[in-house]
Amino acid sequence: MTTSPTVSGSLRNRLVLTLIGGAAVLAVLLFLTVRSYAAKVAQQGQDDILGASVSSILDAAALRNGELEVDIPYAAFSMLSTPSDDRVFYAIYQDGEFLSGYEDLSLADGPIDGRWAFQTGLVRGERIRQVSASRTLVGLGRQTEIEVALGQTQDALSDTLDQISRNAAYLGIGFFLLTAALSFWVTTTTIGQLNKLTNSVTRRGPQDLSPFKKPVPKEMAPLVMSLNSLMGRLDQSLSQSEDFIAEAAHRVRTPLATVRSYAEATLHRVEREDNREALKAMVRAIDESSRAAGQLLDHAMITFRADHLEREEIDLVVLIRDLVQRLIPIAEMKELTLSLTGEPSVPYSGDPILIQNAVRNMIDNAMKYAPSDSTVEVMIIAHPEPQIQVRDAGPGFPPDEIDTLTRRFERGQNAAGTIGSGLGLTIAQDVATAHGGSLILKNRSKGGACVILSL
Amino acid sequence: MRNLIALVLLCVPFAGWADDWEDRLVFNESAEGPRLRVISSTDTVLFAPVIEGFVEENPFVSIEYLVSGTADINRRVRAMPEAFDVIISSAMDLQLKLANDGYALPIDDVPVPHWAQWHHSLFAFTSEPATIVINRTAFEGQPIPQTRQGLIEALRKRPEEFRGKVGTYDVRQSGLGYLFATQDARASETYWRLMEVMGGLDVRLYCCSGDMINDLADGSILVAYNVLGSYAAVRTEGKDALEVVLPSDFQTIMMRTAMVSKSTPEPKAAETLLRYIVAERSVADEETNPLPLLRLSDGDNGRETIGLDPALLTFLDGLKRTRFLSAWEDAVIQ
Repeated sequence: MTTSPTVSGSLRNRLVLTLIGGAAVLAVLLFLTVRSYAAKVAQQGQDDILGASVSSILDAAALRNGELEVDIPYAAFSMLSTPSDDRVFYAIYQDGEFLSGYEDLSLADGPIDGRWAFQTGLVRGERIRQVSASRTLVGLGRQTEIEVALGQTQDALSDTLDQISRNAAYLGIGFFLLTAALSFWVTTTTIGQLNKLTNSVTRRGPQDLSPFKKPVPKEMAPLVMSLNSLMGRLDQSLSQSEDFIAEAAHRVRTPLATVRSYAEATLHRVEREDNREALKAMVRAIDESSRAAGQLLDHAMITFRADHLEREEIDLVVLIRDLVQRLIPIAEMKELTLSLTGEPSVPYSGDPILIQNAVRNMIDNAMKYAPSDSTVEVMIIAHPEPQIQVRDAGPGFPPDEIDTLTRRFERGQNAAGTIGSGLGLTIAQDVATAHGGSLILKNRSKGGACVILSL
Repeated sequence: MRNLIALVLLCVPFAGWADDWEDRLVFNESAEGPRLRVISSTDTVLFAPVIEGFVEENPFVSIEYLVSGTADINRRVRAMPEAFDVIISSAMDLQLKLANDGYALPIDDVPVPHWAQWHHSLFAFTSEPATIVINRTAFEGQPIPQTRQGLIEALRKRPEEFRGKVGTYDVRQSGLGYLFATQDARASETYWRLMEVMGGLDVRLYCCSGDMINDLADGSILVAYNVLGSYAAVRTEGKDALEVVLPSDFQTIMMRTAMVSKSTPEPKAAETLLRYIVAERSVADEETNPLPLLRLSDGDNGRETIGLDPALLTFLDGLKRTRFLSAWEDAVIQ
């Protein structure tokens, strides 16, 4: 009987969760990286234009007759035109004194980066990016410094960033979905290998203990190897015990025969009635023991043959008729009639020795329980599948034990007083299973048992 | 302090601080709802159909329509932004600077092309070329000049006939005149030569298109340069004496713009009016409406129309303006 293993967690779920979690983290990282990189590039773009614009204003400054003139080029502000119509602020200072433009735009006090100083700040309630630059003019013995601050709102920049963020988000989500699908697929494929192995273990016949030969992934090789080695050991110990039983039965049977012949010889010489009874009981007990030993041998033989089933073309009718004829003398000794009916010829491919053995056990069983002067019927049917039925007029099977009677050494409750080992039906069942068929136990409606060997 | 002086200098035309308007008219005076104060450089007669159409649709709103010069509008709005709800002006540069300086209320989803609006706060609704208007009597039997170069040659040929009889904007007073002058100067050197020629002929300087056309019609002057086409077109109807010339060398096309004041007490009604003005311009029948529509095709709009972009701030810079005005005075006032 299989006991359910203790389950703790699922390999599949763990794999999927790890992969999807990893994908989510990567997608978020991707999004953040793209976004921050884009922000940097976009800001760089705005800074470049602001820098160019402020340079062109500074270039347009000149000292004329000692007076500072700043002829702002039209292009200086024209190049600041953006799709979002960003607001522009500027201020021109001479030697630190305000000259023109927006007085509330002060010079950047950030570090001068090369020629330009950039900073971000608030002017008139708007967030602006601001550049400051200066230039020293020399003319007519006079030196003056002109400083220009130029600021621009960041509407276009944030529009661009929004758009890039959106695209980066789509990219991240797409990446995540793709990876998630991929991880499902990968997990399913990986677990599929395990399922395949499980299937091939489950599909095996009960006697099949041969090693697994199908290729498996490298990682599963150790598992299959230990499985194979376990089955090897199992097979070995099983065959050892079968050998042992067979050997034991064989060794017991010969001395039993000797004891029986001595007991019979003694029975003829003994005249006292109670001694005769004791000897008769002794002979019966010896019969039972040797029969059990014989069945144990049969069983071991059948187990071996069933494992290495060799099928040959036979006619079931010929096979069973031969058997029935051999058994007729025994039946007559018990005052029973043995009849064979059914199809004239049923060709079948199977092991004749096993089938004969199984049917003999079935007939033995029937004869044991059949009352005197009754008939044991043997019937062969070809359709829908080849069947051999053995019926008797005995007491039938106890209905509550009908399912367990085919187990080894299991005997019906009504078997007391009848010679038997409890192996007969087990042998028949094993033979049926080895041929891919089954053994069915039934009680006849008119009374009596019916055993069907279905092949 | 310096800033204030610069500001005052920038707004040379003194209409005075008192409420002496060029024109003042209240539409739908009896309405119980909000009263919108619209300050505009467009003559009432030109803009009345639009306002009348609006109050017909919105009978609860009354509108006080105040007309002043472009530079004066700029000065008044900066001094008292809360006194006006909608600001309409033909001086695109001053309007853009107002918007840039934060005097305009941003309005989203106004159905105008991108090039006809700035920062969702300034919206163009007409496009009007600067023209040369000529009194035909001066050119009887002679070809009427079609370019600035042609005009220069005509003026040089008969200096005595034209002495004291040519007119143009006084760019020191008129915001629109300053815009046209700076854009002309950007476009071609011809502008400066024309100014020198006109200066040599004792050019008469005007604050507004209207006055110039009046003098043209009665023969006080014979040639006016950079007159607003729409005003001239209104006059030519019935007065065959005037010929409006769209210069074929290059044109300067201005877009009339409107904005809602940021400190308006009636933002909702003001926004409704602005949307009406802009929408009205896009669908109105040109026959019934004296103001020319916005040219909606982007193609021929390219170079000629003055762009609504921060470059308009350039010539409003104090230093730049001083420089330009001194060059202009050198040419015109001799």
